[in-house]
Amino acid sequence: MALEFSPETYKKFEETVNRYPKKEAALLPVLCLAQKEFGHLGQEAIEYVARLMEQSPARVCGVVSFYTMLNTKPIGWHHIQVCRTLPCALRGAERLTSFISKTLGIEVGQTTADGRFTLSEVECLASCGTAPMMQINDDYYENLTDEKVTEVLASLK
Amino acid sequence: MEKVLLRNIDVPDSHTLAVYSSRGGYRPWQEVVKNIRPEQLIEEIKASGLRGRGGAGFPTGMKWGFVPKDSPKPKYMVCNADESEPGTFKDRLLIEKDPHAIIEGTLMAAYAIQSHTAFIYIRGELAFGANILERAVDEATQAGYIGKNILGSGYDVDLIVHRGAGAYICGEETALLSSLEGGRGWPKVKPPFPATHGLFGCPTVVNNVETLAALPWIIEHGAAAYAAMGTDKSKGTKLFSVSGHISKPGVYELEMGYPLMKFLEEDCGGVPNGRRLKGVIPGGGSMPVLRPDELEKVNLDYESVQAAGSLLGSGGVIVMDDGTCMVRAAWNLARFFAHESCGQCSPCREGCHWMEKIFHRIEQGEGRKGDLELILNVSGNIMGNTICPFGDAAAMPAAAFVRKYREEFEEHITQKRCTIRNGVME
Ligand SMILES: Cc1cc2nc3c(=O)[nH]c(=O)nc-3n(C[C@H](O)[C@H](O)[C@H](O)COP(=O)(O)O)c2cc1C
Ligand code: SF4
Ligand code: FES
Repeated sequence: MALEFSPETYKKFEETVNRYPKKEAALLPVLCLAQKEFGHLGQEAIEYVARLMEQSPARVCGVVSFYTMLNTKPIGWHHIQVCRTLPCALRGAERLTSFISKTLGIEVGQTTADGRFTLSEVECLASCGTAPMMQINDDYYENLTDEKVTEVLASLK
Repeated sequence: MEKVLLRNIDVPDSHTLAVYSSRGGYRPWQEVVKNIRPEQLIEEIKASGLRGRGGAGFPTGMKWGFVPKDSPKPKYMVCNADESEPGTFKDRLLIEKDPHAIIEGTLMAAYAIQSHTAFIYIRGELAFGANILERAVDEATQAGYIGKNILGSGYDVDLIVHRGAGAYICGEETALLSSLEGGRGWPKVKPPFPATHGLFGCPTVVNNVETLAALPWIIEHGAAAYAAMGTDKSKGTKLFSVSGHISKPGVYELEMGYPLMKFLEEDCGGVPNGRRLKGVIPGGGSMPVLRPDELEKVNLDYESVQAAGSLLGSGGVIVMDDGTCMVRAAWNLARFFAHESCGQCSPCREGCHWMEKIFHRIEQGEGRKGDLELILNVSGNIMGNTICPFGDAAAMPAAAFVRKYREEFEEHITQKRCTIRNGVME
């Protein structure tokens, strides 16, 4: 069966589009809805959103590829994103990344074999005063130490 | 000094309408929407001397004044909550702890330009902040501060919280508008300016979170009270985000013109671990670094920081101690800009990657003779040759690192290794 939104999500989609003065302005929020629903934005998802938004798939694809939070490939259940920008680097971000990398047995950019964790490095997340820090899915984890990271990772199923 | 921006943040549940109202919140908005004409409001903000806190320091009242009054097109107001400048985390604090102050300020700005649709564009990563803002907008709507015929005034405004999806450049106002139009976050050539040709080609004002959050206080206490603080040209108070090698990192509110060294040593507890100061970036990662000898006379206001050869920018103060390898620091920021360039103009797209590559090879002990001239050359070719100020923001700090710590760069090249003893970054 072709990919499509659940009735609840479809309702959210309609509400979203109706809020904006022009339909096209809702593309980013609709793509975020789609990513939440489908996990990532593969070819089919992009074509579906393009149809909903009355735009060409090529245009939608161009938008998706521009934004770092939109994923065209599947990623792990928990997406660990360690900030690597200068203020975090000054407070141990590099060590933090290698600690996580060792703990999970994956390199930056990889996903664990069981599909649970993906490790990425990202740029400044507006949390530089509580460095080093990481974001896992929607949540920030700040002032990190090895012990804290171990605890956090263990708490995630 | 009386707190303007951080006045509510230590109060429990400061993010709720109940607490905000109990502290006088939305009284200024009621006053504005019922008793003050838009032109009067613009004059009042001009008189306060408030300048934009998003980085450029442009006078806020003057910016509003550029919006044509008789345009047949709709007008838009946008609060810029994209905060992505390295070393800057002040807007996030306001979003999480005082969302109603941002909303109240955004409503006032919308009213000043007679816009009926306003947006808060918040960077996508701040999911927690976006939820807080959305809840606050719901509360304010239910209370009748947002919507149709607000408090019987006949004025209507809708406020939409719009989430980005990860791209530093979307903080630049024309890129933000491209993104809000549903496209890639590509900056547009200015002029025309957003005031006349902004969102969907309509008159638009973009203001930073901190700028807008100051408005309720100014209306409540009067322009003169605000203008009485700060310096001759930099009025009022400003938030500073302090990060890096400093004992007490965090967000501080200071009266404009506060001495930088006093701030770092007394308020922020100085450089920890018995280390010495090696450099400070005073205005976020896109501003030139200053050496300790350049810091002595610097005060935290637009003019003083500029006189020292850098810019106040977003007020993101990044502190580096003498264990910091400046080559690695320069490479780190160059990598940021190479990653974040939107790729529209070739000097920026190509130049940022070149600078990143050269810094990296020097840092790896593979630098070549002439590499430093090459970086200065590339940097010079970017400056002034791009669509948006991102190009300069990438080029200026790179050149400053090379010029100000030249010996260290040369040592890396001649000795083919990092020459800072504890050459790690922590
Ligand atoms: C590369 C770049 C990134 C920017 N990022 C931000 C940002 O994250 N937040 C912000 O408010 N302004 C940012 N600005 C400044 C905006 O373009 C704009 O000047 C500002 O939002 C206007 O608001 P203000 O007048 O209240 O300062 C950025 C500018 C540039 C060139
Ligand atoms: S200067 Fe850089 S970021 Fe700005 S438009 Fe050109 S390529 Fe894009
Ligand atoms: S540098 Fe890591 S959050 Fe800003």
